[in-house]
This record gives sequence, C-alpha cells and structure tokens, in this order.
Amino acid sequence: MSAESGSRMAFEISLRRDLGGRAIALECRAEARLIALIGPSGVGKTSILNMVAGLLRPDHGRIVVDGRLLFDSAAGVDLPPAQRHAGYLFQDRRLFPHMRVEANLRYGRRPGGTLEMDGVIALLGIGHLLHRWPDTLSGGEAQRVALGRVLLSAPHFLLMDEPLSGLDRSRRDEILPLIETLRDQIRLPILYVTHDHREAERLADLIVEMPEA
Amino acid sequence: MDVALSPEDWSVIGLSLKVSLVAVAAMLPVAFALAWALARWRFPGKLLLDALVHLPLVVPPVVTGWLLLLLFGINGPVGAWLDRSFGITLLFRWTGAALAAAIMAMPLMVRAIRLSIETIDIRLEQAAETLGASRARTFFTISLPLALPGILAGMMLGFARSLGEFGATITFVSDVPGETRTLPIAIYAALQVPGAEDSVTRFAILSILLSLGALLLSEMLARRVGRKRVAHGL
Repeated sequence: MSAESGSRMAFEISLRRDLGGRAIALECRAEARLIALIGPSGVGKTSILNMVAGLLRPDHGRIVVDGRLLFDSAAGVDLPPAQRHAGYLFQDRRLFPHMRVEANLRYGRRPGGTLEMDGVIALLGIGHLLHRWPDTLSGGEAQRVALGRVLLSAPHFLLMDEPLSGLDRSRRDEILPLIETLRDQIRLPILYVTHDHREAERLADLIVEMPEA
Repeated sequence: MDVALSPEDWSVIGLSLKVSLVAVAAMLPVAFALAWALARWRFPGKLLLDALVHLPLVVPPVVTGWLLLLLFGINGPVGAWLDRSFGITLLFRWTGAALAAAIMAMPLMVRAIRLSIETIDIRLEQAAETLGASRARTFFTISLPLALPGILAGMMLGFARSLGEFGATITFVSDVPGETRTLPIAIYAALQVPGAEDSVTRFAILSILLSLGALLLSEMLARRVGRKRVAHGL
C-alpha cells in the first residue's frame, strides 16, 4: 500500500474473470512505472488490459491506477471506459478507417494533456502522414499514428498490447526508443503486454509472468 | 405514338416522386431504429419483431392495404384519433399513399441498414470510448458514418420499391386522380380505358426509367461513399 512505501502505487490490480470456463486472474501491486505482463498467447493478457480499460467487466476485483479507483466490485465502482483516461494502444491499432490521420489524431484530444499536437507529431515523426487515409499506412506508420492518438487524449496511464508485434526489425527499432522516451520523460504508468522476454527485460521495471491457465 | 407529356402526366410523375420521397424520409428513422435493435440488442420477442418487420414482404399487398384501412380509416382506432386530435385524414389522400408505400418499403430498408450495422467493427467503437468519447459521440462519429453505405442503399431500395407500390395503395387510398394516382395506378387506370394504349406505354417507359435511375444512383452513391470518406471527425 502507498502508506507503507511512502509513495503512490502505479498499479494496484486484483481481478478475476471466467471466460468460457477459463479463469483469468491477476494480482499485482507495484510502484514500477512500466510493468510487463508476459506469458504465452491465450493466457488472457489482452483480457487483463480490456478489464483495466473498462471494456471487459471482471467478475470481481479492484483496479486502482496511480491512486485513482477505476473498478471495485465490492464497492460497486465501475467507471465507464470514457472516464478511465486509459491510453490504450491496441494490438490491431484500430485507427478509424473513415477519417484521415489528422482527424484520427484529433479524435481523442482532451484538454489537460502534457503533450500538444505539434509536439506529438514531432516526437513520432508523423507530420508527413497527416492527410493520408489509415488503409494506406504501413504497419509501423499505423502504430505511430495510433500511439499519437493515444498520447493526445491526455491519458493518465498507458495500456500497450504487443506494440511491436507484426513489425519488422527496423520498425521495431523505431518504436522501441519511443516507448522508452514515454517511460522516462513523460512518466506515465504503463502496463505492457508482450510474449517476448528480451523486450520485457529491456523495457520493464517489473515483469509479471502470467501462468498457463 | 405521342411522346409529349401532358400536364396530367407530369402531375402523375410529380405525385409519384413526392409520395416515394416522403415515404422513405418518414420510414428512415423507424427503419434505422428497428435495424439497430435487431442488429445490436437481445430482448424477448426479437424473433417475433423480426418476422413482423418482414411481413409486408410476404403477405399479399392487398392484405397490408386492408389492414391499413382497418387501422387508419375514418373509423379505425388510429385514423379516428388522428382526425380528432390533429384533423389529419390519410384515407384517399396522398399522405395515405405515402404511408402504404413506407410500410411496403420497410422490410427492404430494415434489411439493408441492419446488414451495414452488423458489419460495423465494434472494436472501433470501443477504441472511441477509451479515447473519451461518450456513447452519443461514438454513435454519431463512428457507428453512423460506418453504416452510411448501407443506409443509402436502404433508402434507394425503399425509394424504388415505393415508386412501384400498387396493391396496398389502391386498397387503402383507392385511385383519386391528382391525389393518389401514382404511376402504377395510372397505368392500371389507363388499362381499363379502351384506346389508352399510348398512355400505358408512356407510363410504363417512365416507370422503368425512374426505377433504373434510382438503382443507378444508389450504385453510384455506394461507390462514392466507399471511395471518399468523411474527412474530419466531429
């Protein structure tokens, strides 16, 4: 608890959910700014992110991120996704296909973010993509735009679902330093899902292994 | 054959277009709500609602017209109420013809719109919500634009169906020249008169051209929407 350590916990997560007879559970309380959730595919890593984002309801449990209560089954607290301020970087990007890159970036803009439009565009190097349609972007470009859209929504924390999967080596080498920049300079708590141990060791302050179901 | 259109012919065309446009415009919100409920919600009686929506497609149109007569006639429960409360009469009026056309167009409109709602990727709506969008904003900026091609297709289908509507219309509002005499009814009326073959031919050609135009327009709209997308999120 924060009282014990003297500083605020980044993540206090305790949840459980049965999905088709399979139990997905996580107990995790850490000060770490970047927690890597690691485990083979199918153990429910994405479901954990969905529960923290409010897209999937845990059967029971409690979620506190950076001191803010998002979900508590015992107390009947369940903030809707729009009020959780999660910056969720989906594995499948989910750019809106009917909006150009610029409209995608602006979609979630909320006042109070530490990052401004120009800063994010410069940081991610996506200035030349603003007038393109999402379906014309490469995987790496789409990932950077998706990250930009997330950062501009003034997130309180980030959820990253295998952000490097599906990218070739050179694209990975572009995205990886960006994530380190976010971790070290913008200092948002990050819950990071991966199945790659090397990636987890390079990025994470804490690695949580999800056991085989 | 005399191909020049008489003022009377023009009134038939104008009335047909007016009745079809009003029918589609009035049915659109209803059809969208029904399509949304059938595509997205689970509720008791859903199968029954689905069947009721499709009923005008399979029941003889004369039966639909007779039911409209029972409900919306002068002594019908809804008709009497409309007359008493708002002074609105549908019987023998073009508005009645539009109601009949709307009911007959409903199944086609609901089907097309429902299909497009079912193809919306729910994960995109979820993404909008995590970005802070309210349910309403998600609906208007994500769901609705993505369903637009199906909505347009449904409107065009409904319009084409309304242009051809005959059975329920003539049963409900009869044949009143200038008021309910739409193209199909004008053709039928001309067929009853010896020596009016020229009129029949003219109206038949007009019917085909109008329907063809509506179908071509719908195809063009669908392609245009597929290519050119909404440039800015709201």
